[in-house]
Amino acid sequence: MSTGVSWGLWPRYEQRIIPVTNRFDPLPQAAPMLVFGNGRSYGDVCLNAGGTLLATRSLDRFISFDATSGVLECEAGVLLSEIIALTLPRGWFLPVPPGTALVTVGGAIANDVHGKNHHRAGSFGHHLLSFELRRSSGETLRCAPDQHADWFGATIGGLGLTGMISTARLQLRRVPGEWIAGDSQRFHNLPEFFALAAQSDVAYEYTVGWLDSAASGDKLGRGVFMRGNHLQHDAPPARERSLRFPLTPPISPVTRLSVRLFNELYFRRPASQHPHAIWHYQRFLFPLDRLLDWNRLYGPRGFFQYQCVLPGAEAASALPEMLRRIARSRQGSLLVVLKQFGNLPSLGLLSFPRPGVTLALDFPNRGEPTLQLLESLDAITRSVGGAVYPAKDARMSAQSFQQYFPAWKRLQDYIDPKFSSSFWRRVTRSW
Amino acid sequence: MQRILIVGATSAIAEATARLFASRGDALFLAGRSPSRLEAIADDLKVRGANLAATYVFDARAFDRFPALLQAASACLGGLDAALIAHGMLSDQIACQRSVEQLREQFDINALSVMALCTDLANQLVSQGHGVIAVISSVAGDRGRRSNYVYGSAKAAVTAFTSGLRQRLYPQGVRVVTIKPGFVGTPMTAAFKKSALWATPASVAADIVRAMDGGKAVIYTPWFWRPLMWIVRSVPEAMFRRLRL
Repeated sequence: MSTGVSWGLWPRYEQRIIPVTNRFDPLPQAAPMLVFGNGRSYGDVCLNAGGTLLATRSLDRFISFDATSGVLECEAGVLLSEIIALTLPRGWFLPVPPGTALVTVGGAIANDVHGKNHHRAGSFGHHLLSFELRRSSGETLRCAPDQHADWFGATIGGLGLTGMISTARLQLRRVPGEWIAGDSQRFHNLPEFFALAAQSDVAYEYTVGWLDSAASGDKLGRGVFMRGNHLQHDAPPARERSLRFPLTPPISPVTRLSVRLFNELYFRRPASQHPHAIWHYQRFLFPLDRLLDWNRLYGPRGFFQYQCVLPGAEAASALPEMLRRIARSRQGSLLVVLKQFGNLPSLGLLSFPRPGVTLALDFPNRGEPTLQLLESLDAITRSVGGAVYPAKDARMSAQSFQQYFPAWKRLQDYIDPKFSSSFWRRVTRSW
Repeated sequence: MQRILIVGATSAIAEATARLFASRGDALFLAGRSPSRLEAIADDLKVRGANLAATYVFDARAFDRFPALLQAASACLGGLDAALIAHGMLSDQIACQRSVEQLREQFDINALSVMALCTDLANQLVSQGHGVIAVISSVAGDRGRRSNYVYGSAKAAVTAFTSGLRQRLYPQGVRVVTIKPGFVGTPMTAAFKKSALWATPASVAADIVRAMDGGKAVIYTPWFWRPLMWIVRSVPEAMFRRLRL
């Protein structure tokens, strides 16, 4: 998609775009500014209405890679998919693969992204050895767990507000190849999901649930659970082809009927119950990356993504309430993901991952009714002490945000005086 | 493994092409103006698999230093199999209309320096009896248009020069490749709204590598510029002069 538009295609703002092509150049002096990587965050954390975006996608150079230790250093505009392409043939993989590999390293740090192995590996920040932070003052801070540790913690999950991350050093993870072996099985209600998650987290690197958001009554909370481990497998390297969603349809094909139909078919398809599945990593970890520009599917008005985390004890009661509300609104979505987070505390001041279960779903933007539904979901999240993921958000209230992320005031001490974002201005309003 | 000299190595097209060379293990000698950019690119190419990635800081307007550049490249790489000449500057047409000084500077950079470098390169490669000289010209050189005829005519000179050089070197076993890219999205054009005519540096790079490996002597990249420019060249002058292209 084009620079300056986020993945949900809403909201859209006028912004001045300045490309950054040389990591040694001083930062432009153009307050308020914000770094824009590959535009994969959904809402307005990557937008800066009326301000400047520093487009860093062309800071995409590797600096060093040690195939013995698995330490990679690169510029922050490198995509995770580009890292995999370089290192997987030599036996190294991302320690934390998020739901799409088409995000930049800088974006992965600034949003402290997580993946299907959160229960084992934590989030992206846990595998960062160090990074360089460029400040508008001209200063460059080298941040690591034992060097400028406070800046390290403020910048991980810091939503790009502490300055421009120019380079990063990552510890990659050894894997035997590009295949993942495991199984998929249907669950018929949420207790079954929680039981599967608890039982699988020990033996499986990756676990994730897909949920039928259109189901109600005694089908409420049904879905498909998938789990897997990296596998030594001598299949020929797969030729994965990608398709591009060619245009934005004037009217979204995502309707109540198509959502119901899709969910029903997805649940019933034979592959949903497969005791010995072998997936190419791309198909298992990044299924949507093969359909480029899939966000256009929702039409010109774009869509919202809602991702929340509900603490363990309360999730069992809050989750069915949420699903009932969504089913009743008949605004259910195609891909609903349910995942049990692990207990490893996140390193970032404002990191999203925390113990509990996380639910992610998308909704076509139907204006006020959609906003009302999402606000009613927030009421549930707030009441159980959960949180909503800023990287996916375009609409949460300042009140919600400040309750979800009580450390937000401490972040203010680290924000670069020339940096800001539409998101930040929206959620730090007084209320 | 090929031993390749890249002049103007910090341009987006040159960098994308160098990555393809690197991924197959070629040895690269990178010449350009900015030392810090060259270093960053060289490190990247080494990680991507380049057998060697050396850098050389130089200014394309210093014609008298070209022999030294070629000598350094050959010495460092242990010979030279191919060269990609990619330096250039998109002219400010309005400024060039106002100032002969500007016009001359544009021709120095986009035409004369390329031809001078080709001359020195040709003489070196002829003596060894093999080699490839690839030069980035432009579709803009196919016909002068009011919006950028200074840039266009400099590229037209490069296209004609390489055509003649190709004939001269053919019997000596040295190939000359003329590359004519259309609109290429670079960091500097990130903010533009792009039509279907825009290509990425990576796709242009793939075409360049194919041509240098033994493909066509004159390539349009992407390919559709060939028929498009045929049409542009075919418009009768009586009509063409009324167009606002």
